[in-house]
Amino acid sequence: MGDEQMRKDLEGLEGYTFDEVPWTTPKPLAQSRVAVVTTAGLRPAGGDGADWNPGDQAMQLLPASADGLVLAHFSPNFDRSGWIVDPNIVFPIDRLREMADEGIIGSVADVHVSFMGAQIDHTLETIRLDTGPAAARALLDDDVDLVLLTPV
Amino acid sequence: MGTLASVLEDAGLATVALSIIRGQVETTRPPRALHCEFPLGRPLGRPGDPALQRRVLDAAFALLDEPSGPVLVDFPEVISDEADAPLSCTIPPSDPGDVHPAEAEALGLLPAWRRSYGRFGRSTVGKVVDADGVPAVVGLFARIADGEAWKEVGLPGDPTKVAADIRNFYEEAALSLTDAAPGARQAESWYVTRTKAGDAVQRARVAMKEAGAGFYFWNYLLPMTQHRDPDAA
Repeated sequence: MGDEQMRKDLEGLEGYTFDEVPWTTPKPLAQSRVAVVTTAGLRPAGGDGADWNPGDQAMQLLPASADGLVLAHFSPNFDRSGWIVDPNIVFPIDRLREMADEGIIGSVADVHVSFMGAQIDHTLETIRLDTGPAAARALLDDDVDLVLLTPV
Repeated sequence: MGTLASVLEDAGLATVALSIIRGQVETTRPPRALHCEFPLGRPLGRPGDPALQRRVLDAAFALLDEPSGPVLVDFPEVISDEADAPLSCTIPPSDPGDVHPAEAEALGLLPAWRRSYGRFGRSTVGKVVDADGVPAVVGLFARIADGEAWKEVGLPGDPTKVAADIRNFYEEAALSLTDAAPGARQAESWYVTRTKAGDAVQRARVAMKEAGAGFYFWNYLLPMTQHRDPDAA
């Protein structure tokens, strides 16, 4: 049971906590434009492709399709076979489209975002001050209301 | 991820985070989180199970009804990894010729990898070498395992990334050697415990550790939970 051991090892790691938890009152779900923000280290194929360096707090804009995306996370400590078989396991874009078609959510964003988790710098300074706000601007520019965050 | 959720929420976006390590979300306190006790790497549950994926999303979006936060709710279904049950794959026979048997094994798996790539249309191979380059680097790890210095065998890049290309190649090839979608970590356990390449990387990892290689270089050659050291009980 590899994950049981991993959880024991990882659940006590330091993390950055805001003094006050921010809160945005959500729009009704059926009117919300939804984006996925994942920490799976997804990248479009080509360029840096399958590689994302440890410690890199960059953000990567993603299209609204899993076609051509590569899971480039540096850590070997999680399963990747599920991603190969069905990318919705990490980037549930097909499920969101179905929910939009059924009127459960308003729409699916054109812009989605990836970061890479398992960061060595637990203060996440670059993500807090630079790449995180930049991702938020990109999502707000696409009129996104609601973000679903997925880890690996 | 909890910190990132707070950054986005602070910018005016409502957020719902799926959690996969509960302790981390308890520490970082995102505004709304649904903890799913699922295998690492599979935050939506099971590949090819849209009904379960949909139940997860329904439960996550239900948290938007909460009047204040932080909110942390547990999804009622639990899925465990299956590392203790390696895939059962028949490795195609290969002619070692004048290459190391582990390299020959990888050469023999190339058709299976190509079939998987054609079937699924995606791969995680390519950090340093492409699939055609994997057999040669398997041979390099076999040489390290057999006693050559890791800095002198001619690895084409960061050994952890080269090892990732090997592991991902094997796991992806395995998808064409079995009928069912594997449970989490089943392909990983097959690679590490049932293949010549996995054995070579394991022994190379031990050799690099004993030779004083930096922690990063030997620790990330294989999943931490697959490390087997000769001095371990």
